[in-house]
Amino acid sequence: MNSQNEITEEILAIEADARKSVEAGGSPELHPRRDYAPYRSSLLRHPTHELVRVDPEEIERVSPAFGHTDVSLLESDLTIAHAAEPIGERITVSGHVLDGEGRPVRNQLVEIWQANAAGRYVHKRDQHPAPLDPNFTGVGRAITGENGEYTFQTIKPGPYPWRNHVNAWRPAHIHFSLFGSAFTQRLVTQMYFPSDPLFALDPIYQSIADPAARQRLIGAYDHSLSVPEYSLGYRWDIVLTGPKSTWMEGEEDHD
Amino acid sequence: MTDTRTNTDASGPGAIGPVELNTSQIGTERQGDGKQTPSQTVGPFFGYALPYNKGWELVPPHRADAIRLHGTVFDGDGAVVPDAILEIWQADATGTFSREQGSLEPDGYTFTGFGRASVNLAGHYSFTTVKPGPTSVGRAPSVLVTVFARGLTHHLFTRVFFPEDTDAHGTDAVLAAVPADRRSTLLSVSDGPASYRFDIRLQGDGETVFLDFEN
Ligand SMILES: [Fe+2]
Repeated sequence: MNSQNEITEEILAIEADARKSVEAGGSPELHPRRDYAPYRSSLLRHPTHELVRVDPEEIERVSPAFGHTDVSLLESDLTIAHAAEPIGERITVSGHVLDGEGRPVRNQLVEIWQANAAGRYVHKRDQHPAPLDPNFTGVGRAITGENGEYTFQTIKPGPYPWRNHVNAWRPAHIHFSLFGSAFTQRLVTQMYFPSDPLFALDPIYQSIADPAARQRLIGAYDHSLSVPEYSLGYRWDIVLTGPKSTWMEGEEDHD
Repeated sequence: MTDTRTNTDASGPGAIGPVELNTSQIGTERQGDGKQTPSQTVGPFFGYALPYNKGWELVPPHRADAIRLHGTVFDGDGAVVPDAILEIWQADATGTFSREQGSLEPDGYTFTGFGRASVNLAGHYSFTTVKPGPTSVGRAPSVLVTVFARGLTHHLFTRVFFPEDTDAHGTDAVLAAVPADRRSTLLSVSDGPASYRFDIRLQGDGETVFLDFEN
């Protein structure tokens, strides 16, 4: 396995390369590179052919419908699923799901999953020798509201080690899965927390070569979402691709 | 501390937790620069979160028109990928897409057109569904597939076509956009009564065609 320094050098070289292409007039990369060598698992799993560009047809301009048939309101509170409260820093994570023109994505499914406060997932293949918390599963779901808003009540996840290279640690993050009003807007991503010292070292976060794009994954501490003597608040808006894929549906068809 | 969370069944984000959140703030204020949120890998630990009961059963297997759509996911070395998760989205047998809720709580009757299945340790996935009808004139019946896995920084979209629809393949706009020598990677193989196999090769020989929707 490589050292952190070797991985960091690879990360910096790719970032410098991306910066040069922007300086030469290219547009900044919005998404991570699929072929991102510092993230070793991408080596054998990225397609080598260009993606084939096609126009979305009707089925791709709509999306599966989710609603309160699928998700109970209780599922957005990750702290009440067990007999007692989980250990950790109580947080609220709230924001909007929007399309590329800033329009709310209403009545759509948001799923999250995360490690516990010690950095351990409730997953049989998670080998990290940190304690499980009997009062925390780390899975939540919500349906977005009229303004595209969502809110989760949870605890702050811990950073955790992985085996990409020697002494590799993931910055604390919450996994998010999102649907838009068109199937082409599907997004799975991760939300991070401000000022994490592991950002510069993490090849998953850094797989997005443009520093401004990486910033979009960081939730903002928001004091207005903090509850006195109880919990801290973070705000994170998620912007899906669009709007070309959604314009067929128009404004009236969201209910 | 006494548990004061008695109001969790009330509606709206303000009802979460023992203390009211400031919901007026949640409704309006925007965060970020308004540009597209980047993708990140699904990672290895989605197994207790994303799969749901009968996610692979778009229709019950005993239904007369049920088909099996299954296959194996391979990496660039030809090794099976044991930690991928697939979603499918499709029209019903008449070519109509569903607007019904309830995918996450299948009732065995409502066809929502959406399914989700993780692969097993041998990289194999399996859905029970119906063969979709063509969604418009000139289109060949197909099922949309989204692939997520550890190592994929961004999901991959592809489409499964059915081997018997050769006439429609000639007029389908997606197949027309695919170089002729790679079209076969989008065709499933009939491997038994009402069973279709669709293997996915992420990289290398016979690499599956992955799609990018212009938007
Ligand atoms: Fe994670």
